[in-house]
Amino acid sequence: MDPVYLDNNATTRVYPEVVDAMLPYFSEQFGNASSIHAFGAEVGGALRSARRSLQSLIGAEFDHEIIFTSGGTESNNTAIRSALASMPGRNEVITSSVEHPAILALCDWLEKHEDVVVHRIPVDKQGRLDIEAYREALSDKVAVVSFMWANNETGTIFPVDGLAELAHEHGALFHTDAVQAVGKVPMDLKSTEIDMLSMSSHKLHGPKGLGALYVRRGTRFRPLIRGGHQERGRRGGTENAPAIVGLGQAAQMAAATMAEDMARIEALRDRLEKGLVQAIGHCFVTGDPHDRLPNTSTIAFEYIEGEAILLKLNQAGIAASSGSACTSGSLEPSHVLRAMDIPFTAAHGAIRFSLSRETTDAEVDRVLEVMPEIIEKLREMSPFWTNEGAAPEGFNPAYA
Amino acid sequence: MWEYSEKVKEHFFNPRNAGNLQEANAVGEVGSLSCGDALKLMLKVNPETEVIEDAKFQTFGCGSAIASSSALTELVIGKTIDEARKLTNQDIADFLDGLPPEKMHCSVMGQEALTAAVAAWKGEELDDDDHEEGALICKCFAVDEGMIERAIRTNKLTNLEMVTFYTKAGGGCNSCREPLEEMLADVNKAMVEEGILDASEAYVFGAAPAPKKEKKVQGFVIPDQPPMPAPTAPAQPSAPVQIEMPGALTPAAAAPAVAAPVAEAPAAPAAAPSGMSAAKEAILVAKIIEEMRPVFKADGGDVELVDMEGSMVLVHLTGACSGCQLASQTLGGLGQKITQALGRPVRVMPVAMR
Repeated sequence: MDPVYLDNNATTRVYPEVVDAMLPYFSEQFGNASSIHAFGAEVGGALRSARRSLQSLIGAEFDHEIIFTSGGTESNNTAIRSALASMPGRNEVITSSVEHPAILALCDWLEKHEDVVVHRIPVDKQGRLDIEAYREALSDKVAVVSFMWANNETGTIFPVDGLAELAHEHGALFHTDAVQAVGKVPMDLKSTEIDMLSMSSHKLHGPKGLGALYVRRGTRFRPLIRGGHQERGRRGGTENAPAIVGLGQAAQMAAATMAEDMARIEALRDRLEKGLVQAIGHCFVTGDPHDRLPNTSTIAFEYIEGEAILLKLNQAGIAASSGSACTSGSLEPSHVLRAMDIPFTAAHGAIRFSLSRETTDAEVDRVLEVMPEIIEKLREMSPFWTNEGAAPEGFNPAYA
Repeated sequence: MWEYSEKVKEHFFNPRNAGNLQEANAVGEVGSLSCGDALKLMLKVNPETEVIEDAKFQTFGCGSAIASSSALTELVIGKTIDEARKLTNQDIADFLDGLPPEKMHCSVMGQEALTAAVAAWKGEELDDDDHEEGALICKCFAVDEGMIERAIRTNKLTNLEMVTFYTKAGGGCNSCREPLEEMLADVNKAMVEEGILDASEAYVFGAAPAPKKEKKVQGFVIPDQPPMPAPTAPAQPSAPVQIEMPGALTPAAAAPAVAAPVAEAPAAPAAAPSGMSAAKEAILVAKIIEEMRPVFKADGGDVELVDMEGSMVLVHLTGACSGCQLASQTLGGLGQKITQALGRPVRVMPVAMR
């Protein structure tokens, strides 16, 4: 049985075409792009072309608006810190309660150690941003607003264009963590007011260890990593040429067939969701049903725990992920689901399936085939479940 | 993904005694939906003999919670109530060939359910239990925030070393050093505000002195540097033996030799009093080790000289130092120091005490 990989929001398989594009840049065209000789010049040309592919994918006006980094996390850290450092008299940050840890952990740190005021805007039960709370938090003390384009757990999409315009009304910079959105959502940054955007290569079938930060021309910028003059002095360190070439190839491939790919993925995803919800009681799909990434589905199964589900899925050759506390090492379930006020009965049993261009009908069939039995077996073992169904009130713990 | 033992996997995928036990006459329920962990343990106890004749469980939880519940039922069946109540969570973990530190709470839940079931059988009231709580700070020894805070408060701890002594947190890889410092500072601050600690005693974040320069450049890894007497301070002002080694042991004189890379140290010109007797060497080595002990103690362990065999200096490590990866680096530093003092290359080897 072929393994079923439905954890593409965690990472994607590098396309064979991407690997092929990268290979010459290890031992043949191995030069340093900064060098004056022919070895360097060859690489310099390849980097330029990769930068243009990415420019085209995100609709940037200029290719030099793209700064290559080590990944989404570095891009996020760079953007927030740059904005705080270059906006005198402004020491506040607005973000949401459902961001990726690459934003939230940084904000926690800034709040605790660097006297930055952080506003975390709540979301509703479908993960949609509380726009009124956002308006109220905006002021001329805010240096930067950072909202993710699409949520990594639920796929819910924030209306970043409009959010950016609101930020500008108060003179704040607007950054978006678009790690999950780039390559899945059509983008035309030049027609928006977004100042900065983070992306990561390995979420769209490129290599790991590479990302990019888009910085609109004319935006004040302070490097996070100082060093040589690479990336026009905005990010020191010799360019990771093979990876950049790989990302260029992946960006081209994503742009070429995005519309038809996403339509197909969405149909597969919807079939998976409908099938599971119909076959299994006491479960529901989380996120905004009207504005969601086409590839992402987080389904909360009540009265059982996510890690146990994942282990059983893994035994059946299916890779997915969960918002469960037990897979993260903390005792709290996913901060995203908790921010959405998903009840504990279900938050612990939330499973995320994330599809990609490589997902097949057969893979979806396989999940539909094994999932009902897995859920049933675990529920039989649950103290909140009887033969008649859910029975959470029958359990009266001595210690809780 | 967690690294579960084969036994954990086996008990998760094929749990023993899962389900409802109709004829149960002692039931323990612990945990809740909000915790993400809940266990109902059902026992059938023979009223005459108090032998547990059957046991079943229902568990809401992760793989190791289900495996721990399964292990628990296997452990208690056939035991009397009094035998069973002696079981600890460690027995459950051992039965499963160990659990990842983050998952030890699953075995605790098993033990709590057993305690609750036994209490139900005996008709006793239950005390509130020490529950693990908060984020896991020290992953080496599975110590969480709640336990650290309790230890700091109950014992009025005001330095990092004592926190490690009382809780073991930070005694392993020490990557939790900064969160530990923050916790100590925060809890102390709260204690000052509550009037149970004098402000002058409270630990302040960042109060730890910077590592001694001469140590650092000598290639020592100083894994933990609590606000403590400096490790380099001569342990005994009245040195028992005076050997004519022009200042090789004083930090001031050690500094010049330092500039040389480690490998060249044995050739350092000044430090080779040839023909030193074995006894004198041993005394010198013992003295150096004595001076270094505070560094090991700062890590919650200790070191003592066992023997010298040729180029080998055999030492015995105790406490948190035994089995600690950082200890080998600290030993490397010790070896370097002894090498310089004796003027010949030596290696320091940890050995088990015979």
